[in-house]
Amino acid sequence: MNALVVAALLLVLLTLSYQIGWSRSRKLAQGGTETRLHSRPIYHGVLVALFATLPAIVVLGLWALFSDSVAHNFILSQLPASVSQLPPVEVHAAVGRVQAIANGFGVIGQPSPEETAAAGSFASFQRLSFLAVIAAAAALGAGGLFWARRRIGLRLRARTEVEIAIRIALIACSTVAILTTIGIVLSLLADAIRFFTFISPIDFFFGTTWNPRFQSAGTGSAGAYGLLPLLWGTVMISIIAMVVAVPIGLMSAIYLSQYAHERVRNVVKPIIEILAGIPTIVYGFFALVTVGPFFAAAGDAVGLDINATSALTAGVVMGIMIIPFISSLSDDIIAQVPRAMRDGSMGLGATKSETIRKVLLPAALPGVVGAVLLAVSRAIGETMIVVLAAGNSPVLRANPAEPTSTVTVSIVNQLTGDADFTSPQSLVAFALGLTLFVMTLLLNVMALYIVRKFREQYE
Amino acid sequence: MDILAGKVKMTQQSVNTAMNPTDMLDRQIRLTARDVTVHYGAKQALHGISIDIPDRAVTSFIGPSGCGKSTFLRCINRMNDTIEGAKVGGTIKLDGEDIYDADLDVVELRARIGMVFQKPNPFPKSIYDNVAYGPKIHGLARSKTDLDEIVVSSLRKAGLFEEVKDRLNEPGTGLSGGQQQRLCIARAIAVSPEVILMDEPCSALDPIATAIIEELIDELRENYTIVIVTHSMQQAARVSQRTAFFHLGNLIEEGVTEDIFTNPVNKQTQDYIMGRIG
Amino acid sequence: MTDTTLPTNAAGNATRALVRKSLARRHRDEMLFRWAGILSIAAALGFVAILFGMILAKGMPSFWQSTLHVEAYFDPELIEGGPRPERQAGASEADYQKAISDWQRAVTLSNWNAIVDKAVRTAAPDFEIETRDLLKLVTSAARFQIRDLYFANPDLLGQTVPVTMLGSANTDNWLKGTIDRNQPDERQQLAVSTRQLADQLVANGAIRFDFAWHIFTNVDSRSAPASAGLAGAFMGSLYMMLIVIVLAVPIGVASAVYLEEFAPKNRWTDLIEVNINNLAAVPSIVFGLLGAAVFINYLGLPRSAPLVGGLVLTLMTLPTIIIATRSSLRAVAPSLRQAALGLGASHNQTVFHHVLPQTFPGILTATIIGVAQALGETAPLLLIGMSAFIANIPANPLDSATALPVQIYLWQGNENRNFFEARTSAAIIVLLGLMLLLNAIAIFLRTRLERRA
Repeated sequence: MNALVVAALLLVLLTLSYQIGWSRSRKLAQGGTETRLHSRPIYHGVLVALFATLPAIVVLGLWALFSDSVAHNFILSQLPASVSQLPPVEVHAAVGRVQAIANGFGVIGQPSPEETAAAGSFASFQRLSFLAVIAAAAALGAGGLFWARRRIGLRLRARTEVEIAIRIALIACSTVAILTTIGIVLSLLADAIRFFTFISPIDFFFGTTWNPRFQSAGTGSAGAYGLLPLLWGTVMISIIAMVVAVPIGLMSAIYLSQYAHERVRNVVKPIIEILAGIPTIVYGFFALVTVGPFFAAAGDAVGLDINATSALTAGVVMGIMIIPFISSLSDDIIAQVPRAMRDGSMGLGATKSETIRKVLLPAALPGVVGAVLLAVSRAIGETMIVVLAAGNSPVLRANPAEPTSTVTVSIVNQLTGDADFTSPQSLVAFALGLTLFVMTLLLNVMALYIVRKFREQYE
Repeated sequence: MDILAGKVKMTQQSVNTAMNPTDMLDRQIRLTARDVTVHYGAKQALHGISIDIPDRAVTSFIGPSGCGKSTFLRCINRMNDTIEGAKVGGTIKLDGEDIYDADLDVVELRARIGMVFQKPNPFPKSIYDNVAYGPKIHGLARSKTDLDEIVVSSLRKAGLFEEVKDRLNEPGTGLSGGQQQRLCIARAIAVSPEVILMDEPCSALDPIATAIIEELIDELRENYTIVIVTHSMQQAARVSQRTAFFHLGNLIEEGVTEDIFTNPVNKQTQDYIMGRIG
Repeated sequence: MTDTTLPTNAAGNATRALVRKSLARRHRDEMLFRWAGILSIAAALGFVAILFGMILAKGMPSFWQSTLHVEAYFDPELIEGGPRPERQAGASEADYQKAISDWQRAVTLSNWNAIVDKAVRTAAPDFEIETRDLLKLVTSAARFQIRDLYFANPDLLGQTVPVTMLGSANTDNWLKGTIDRNQPDERQQLAVSTRQLADQLVANGAIRFDFAWHIFTNVDSRSAPASAGLAGAFMGSLYMMLIVIVLAVPIGVASAVYLEEFAPKNRWTDLIEVNINNLAAVPSIVFGLLGAAVFINYLGLPRSAPLVGGLVLTLMTLPTIIIATRSSLRAVAPSLRQAALGLGASHNQTVFHHVLPQTFPGILTATIIGVAQALGETAPLLLIGMSAFIANIPANPLDSATALPVQIYLWQGNENRNFFEARTSAAIIVLLGLMLLLNAIAIFLRTRLERRA
């Protein structure tokens, strides 16, 4: 209710100030015959509105942020001092009762006289503070309004000032991306460093056993945190994914761009791209329910022992997910090789496949390598497919037909459940995240560099 | 007209005196085109072209841009096949063999009829590999020595060997424009074609590089049948023995170069020569 | 004709012979290469077909669920708690609420199972079956469902009304044959008598396969899997998508406009550019770690809240929207800018009045791509606690909630695999359907916008 009133008042202030700025500048423009207004009335209106509403919004925002704690402290001050000695939960309950009485909901049974008294004074305090804040906001708004109105003149560069305000807003928005990166790096680093106070980095990076809950907390040891089994699982699954995705993705891109009829291309390309839009959880389910059992049955048929959830299952399904990624990137890259190269080779009597294999692909190689690196970085960061289909068995094993685990799976395992941010069991997730972030960052920087160099070559 | 007459005189000097241009059609016809039409989708680009092209001479196709001269050139080694939606009608015969025959292998045809393009297009490979590309794919060299020999002799024939002999392993894209175009000519020669088609080979080059290429064309004429498309009448006059004038997808007039330039039969040809059609 | 035997022709003939010799091998290679391409495409298309075929085959039957249509008697002898309390004069709101909840507690303690039991027996009066086995036939939520009817309308006391109750998950499995009906008794989840009763009720029409609207209107349920629905997850996703649209689109478009149109080319903007490209490729789970560390641990926002999920997804989709918007800004013809500037428009006016409107279709597409990506994202949400079991529809973005993909994750892990494999597939169909709808809206709006432009 209050929020609606405030919003309505703000809206009134906004329209009013805009209107005042607009009409005043317009009058000026009509009054003076020789001199012309520097900026159009609309900018004067916006400028006045900015000066009027921004301070008011700041005041209201501060109030919204702090009103809860102010109310809490006020009620506490009205209650007997003994209340604040109580445990926090009970203090909270006592304050809640007073608030409930004050806003008319009431409490079960008879409220105590202290409570009634506190509620009475709180209710008046609430009314007063609300009015005070509204008054302050209104005063600031009016002050801003009049000051801005007085500034209006023929030579006031209202448009320039409005544009500066817009520019500042735009710059603020564009720093969000930078802040995100800084936030990622700082939060990962801070918590990873806290993790390394429990476990030495050497044990983490070179340990071959992953068993974070190996011993219960009472026995003093936190378990084993060797990264290598996870890293190996990640690498193995990524390799399998690439073995599936690169040939299929690259060959489909080549066939569609070089051989297929335009009509076929227009139908097939969007269908393949559907694969890119499917959420990874769906792939995970597909792996778990269809692909894994299929591999297990196929293994049985030929006498091989293949686990339904294994590096193989996760890798193959991840490969399927990456096919459209590889094919659309390679398509772009092959399209960048000038047609003259193709003509040159065809004109010498090379067949189409010779032209593709011996001229187009070597020319496009750097770009394709960049695309593959980007795909690898995607594969190692992929989570849901491996959570569902890799079997969650963090043991160093070379056989892809057996269950395995990855860095991402362990992050999920360690941080779902009750994360307390103090034990090595949950902090290790950040050390793993840092490892993952650095790996993908290196791959991305490398890939983007290679692709950029490749593009420049043909520009 | 005076300027043109001068040009023609100059051309006459450069024309090989051992050969009487007027006799050429009697000697040997390599290529015969009859009623050749080309459609790109619904648009007709060529309207029934018929022409004979003689052996070991330079025939030039001239005409304003968009007149169909390049389109017709690309029909001769079936490069139009690589363009989606292009349809070619009529017959073109190489030594009496229909090149659009269903049984004819287009790979073999293109090995016999080489092509040099408007913009130099060396592959992003070494100079050596650029020239060796054709012989390698066609299996023309039995050994590395064989291949070396083909590469060197092709570079020599293209007049490039002396300039690049010390850097055969450097990328072909590092050469100057004129050198790149000669590299492309060497690349075409390396598969021992019988006919070489050149699609405005000098349009991207400076005058000095152009002069070198023109000289080279004149030398190559002794061993190859050459067809050249050019937008420059002066170049046609300088390098060719026979000239065909195309306009709006039609072959307007064709004959001995001097006749075309000094004494055109057709009014349109005359207008073009005089610079009235651009 | 004397000149025909020239040295080149001899060489030419030799060459032709060599070329001919190589042709067979080369055409075979060409064929193989072409087939490799066709097979690759067939494989990719095959994967699409198998994936969708599997999801549809498993999920579609789940939308029609065994439902009992019976008569329930609200027996005054069984239902306790007396009449619904009225508001007393002078009592506070709190007192009234307490009275109501006391009454509800008393009503809940009534033997609703007996009422359900009797209701089912009306459909098969002669069938001999123990109550324990009979109750396995219907979802365990049925008693609450009938109780809720009474809560809403206490006048039902003593009346007999037609009610619909869902069959239990095991009944559904049995009737649909999800577990092989020929398996021996010890492998079946229901007693022999329950299975026979189910078959009889199907035969006499008391059990019908009705469209399972509750998938859309119910929340998740552990005790009564048959009535588990997506409403809670749907609201959670909706809140998050609203937050993403409200935050990511304006910030993303503003960043793109600044970087593309205003930013000076220097080290700083270069850094922002590289940073955005890298951010786009950072694994989504890292954003989850960021959310856990910053929003939950540092800022103290509540776990499992759609607000936190929305913020995390906003940061994750921001690079996508920035990159896509920038490329559509870049596609605006420079001549338009020059024309506007030439007419004396300021830089700002040029960008906001002339360039930006041209890119609306592009921005719209970018938004849809970003929102679709956010809608399907699971991993980061697991890290901020959105995988907890939530049995309420979240009332605001600060309530605990799950999201559609997280619900899929939770359901696929349910112990009742036979029932939940189908239910998970159904949830996937809903999720994919929503994405399809988003894309369809985008295409529709785009064509309209482009026609007007």
